Amino acid sequence: MRMSGSGEERNIKLDLISEERMASMTSMEKIRFILDGVKLGNIVVLEGGLTPEEQMKLIEMTMSEISEDFTGIEIGSYPLKRGFLRLRRRTRLTIVGPANMMKTIKKDKDLIRAIISIV
Amino acid sequence: MRRGFLLLLKRLLRRRNTKIGIYGAPNAGKTTLANRILHDFLDHGEEMGVVSEIPHETRRAYRKEGILITAKGAKLKVDIVDTPGLATKIDFHDFIPYGLSEEEAKKRAKEATEGVIEAIKWLDDLDGVLLVMDATEDPFTQANIVIIGNLEARDIPFIIVANKMDLENAVPARIKNAFPQHVVVPISALKGENMEKLYEEMARCFR
Repeated sequence: MRMSGSGEERNIKLDLISEERMASMTSMEKIRFILDGVKLGNIVVLEGGLTPEEQMKLIEMTMSEISEDFTGIEIGSYPLKRGFLRLRRRTRLTIVGPANMMKTIKKDKDLIRAIISIV
Repeated sequence: MRRGFLLLLKRLLRRRNTKIGIYGAPNAGKTTLANRILHDFLDHGEEMGVVSEIPHETRRAYRKEGILITAKGAKLKVDIVDTPGLATKIDFHDFIPYGLSEEEAKKRAKEATEGVIEAIKWLDDLDGVLLVMDATEDPFTQANIVIIGNLEARDIPFIIVANKMDLENAVPARIKNAFPQHVVVPISALKGENMEKLYEEMARCFR
């Protein structure tokens, strides 16, 4: 995505990860992939989403890596969908970005609206 | 289904107090609620922790053991665990407007990150959770969604506490609408409003 800011062109990199690609990764690989991308200033969009347990692990790992340069993440995802008899859980899209660039401004069960600013 | 059966078995065989964690975003009123429970059932002078307007005032988990909660004839002996607020970002600059020096703000930020990790770890040891939400704020935050998702996945019973109902701009109905499948109890932990209803639900839900 190419953005204009203060008269000069700057870029924001988006990583859009397909559900198939996600399915081939373990939880730890997904979390490492996300954190590495976000720490570089990328916005990571996961088609298949993260489970609540993976999101909690992501928050835990984020906390252990917070520093003066990396203040954390902004994360948005739709709530899980439940299948037959509520036995099967289906994750949905998750978006993660650096906390200093991304801000969720509206969220409900089927909509995430975020603004991304260049820092 | 198997998990539900194991949970029931665990409850039946439990001989120790029921451990109840108080969770939520920073400044939702978790420590105010913990203090309220202590005042109501233990000692009016005792405090679980310090309450302040500065986010992340509670930076480590505190447990108070053996609180006997009574409500309409039902009794429940609990340990209350007040946990640090769950956050996805912590920037030391955010503390400076509250009058902290840069050094103090950095120290607070470091402790706050450790506190979040501690709160997450505590989930492994709890029998129930009071999830505190600020009724003046939008409840559809990622922190709330992640906590609820994890409690459901672990089959930990929980009650959503819609706190700060005494404030003019509080809309507890917004929380009920956002999470219609869960028990929501509006209260004011600060003023002690509707606490009896919360204790009744706790006795019913966590027994």
